[in-house]
Amino acid sequence: MGKRTVLYDAHGDMGAKMVDFAGFDMPLHYGSQLEEHHQVRLHAGVFDVSHMVVVDVLGTGARDYLRYLLANDIDKMAHQGCALYSCMLNEQGGVIDDLIVYFIDTQHYRIVLNAGSAQKDLQWMESHVDHYALSLQRRDDLAILAVQGPETLALLTSLNDPFITETLHTIARFECADSDDLFIARTGYTGEDGFELIVPNKRVVALWQQLCAAGFKPCGLGARDTLRLEAGYNLYGQDMDESTSPLCSNLAWTIALQPAERLFIGKSALLAEKERGVAQQLVGLVLADRGVLRSHQRVVLADGLEGVTTSGSFAPTLGQSIAFARIPKGDYKQCDVIIRDKAHKAHIVKPPFVPFNSSKTP
Amino acid sequence: MNTLPQELSYTTTHEWVRVENDTATIGITEHAQSLLGDLVFVDLPAVKKALAVGDDAAVVESVKAAADVYSPVDGEVIAVNTALNDKPELINQEPYGAGWLFKVKLVGELPLSLLSATDYQAMLNEEE
Repeated sequence: MGKRTVLYDAHGDMGAKMVDFAGFDMPLHYGSQLEEHHQVRLHAGVFDVSHMVVVDVLGTGARDYLRYLLANDIDKMAHQGCALYSCMLNEQGGVIDDLIVYFIDTQHYRIVLNAGSAQKDLQWMESHVDHYALSLQRRDDLAILAVQGPETLALLTSLNDPFITETLHTIARFECADSDDLFIARTGYTGEDGFELIVPNKRVVALWQQLCAAGFKPCGLGARDTLRLEAGYNLYGQDMDESTSPLCSNLAWTIALQPAERLFIGKSALLAEKERGVAQQLVGLVLADRGVLRSHQRVVLADGLEGVTTSGSFAPTLGQSIAFARIPKGDYKQCDVIIRDKAHKAHIVKPPFVPFNSSKTP
Repeated sequence: MNTLPQELSYTTTHEWVRVENDTATIGITEHAQSLLGDLVFVDLPAVKKALAVGDDAAVVESVKAAADVYSPVDGEVIAVNTALNDKPELINQEPYGAGWLFKVKLVGELPLSLLSATDYQAMLNEEE
């Protein structure tokens, strides 16, 4: 038996098919993964992502510590109530994890880590506290819900919660707000507008039921995976890991090399990799033939060089199969993907496959 | 638990077989479609292809996974369900009806390895 989130019984009551994910028994879907995917693209859905780990970084040294620990620069967050996506790198420039950091106040930053890497992340983070005046507080008392999709604002407003309603209309994308027992961030992993709600475990069952009653459909990790793939978001452990740098993972935009005087872990390795010339790139593939792309399939380019798919699936919004693939650097337009010993043509594109907030874009 | 169609035969790998005279119609069971989830792609065998028991005959792919379909019988493929190319979800909706995969003209005897509905149900009960 795996670990369980506080909502385990609620998922069972709603007919969830459970699956192991990073040691947790999590909902894969509640009947149809495809319907849940479309629900989020066209209406609104709610995900239990409480398996992810919240860590608060508390103290006067928090800012300097995070500017050293993370490849992105938290000083890009212009004011309190901002959020930033970043990689945490090892000395070789490999990705230990990708994460979101929230700027709550100058002595309080909040980080959300992937479930599967949280333990090694925390060890790494602890080992670099060193002289910085801060404490790291793992918040297993908190649960996380993601509400995503074009109808999210309207449905959240219908809850008639004064703090929620006020927050919805004041925070922009990649901003957040905090009250005593509810933290709201306008972030997500679906390619749709939406919010992530961090609440005490003791409040989450009631909130989940309130959200479902308001019209959010429960959605599982299956739909979360196809939504994030269409949106062009990497999945840690599949699309990048400790052996790959952000430079060959379509994440160069998350590395802050300016200001030049800022030192961060992995920086010298990244600069050396750039100096040598980055050998590989992570690209998007759209299958031209019928079939389904999956991870770990061989990719053959016109010049005979090869790569490999890192994530792949059927894309419900497009009705086609898509993938990420790591291939040699170069201006390639097409490739063959080897599926069960047969070559299938695919087009090489730059993610996202589905633009942000697509149903609202005419 | 749904009751299994009693007139069909089954395999340990979750295919079903309907035998009418010398023709066998083959599909995957309700249990198999439920494990796979929403189906999005089906790779069917070529008509006239000769199949022996246990051969890879087709591939069904859901959003989450690909699964091989093995031939439960010996024979030659005489028809495939081309409706599945546009509507693979028929397998989810009607696994024993409109979601059939292919038909085989039987050669020789039916294999002894085929399970009755009762035996297949007993196997599923044990798996749970």
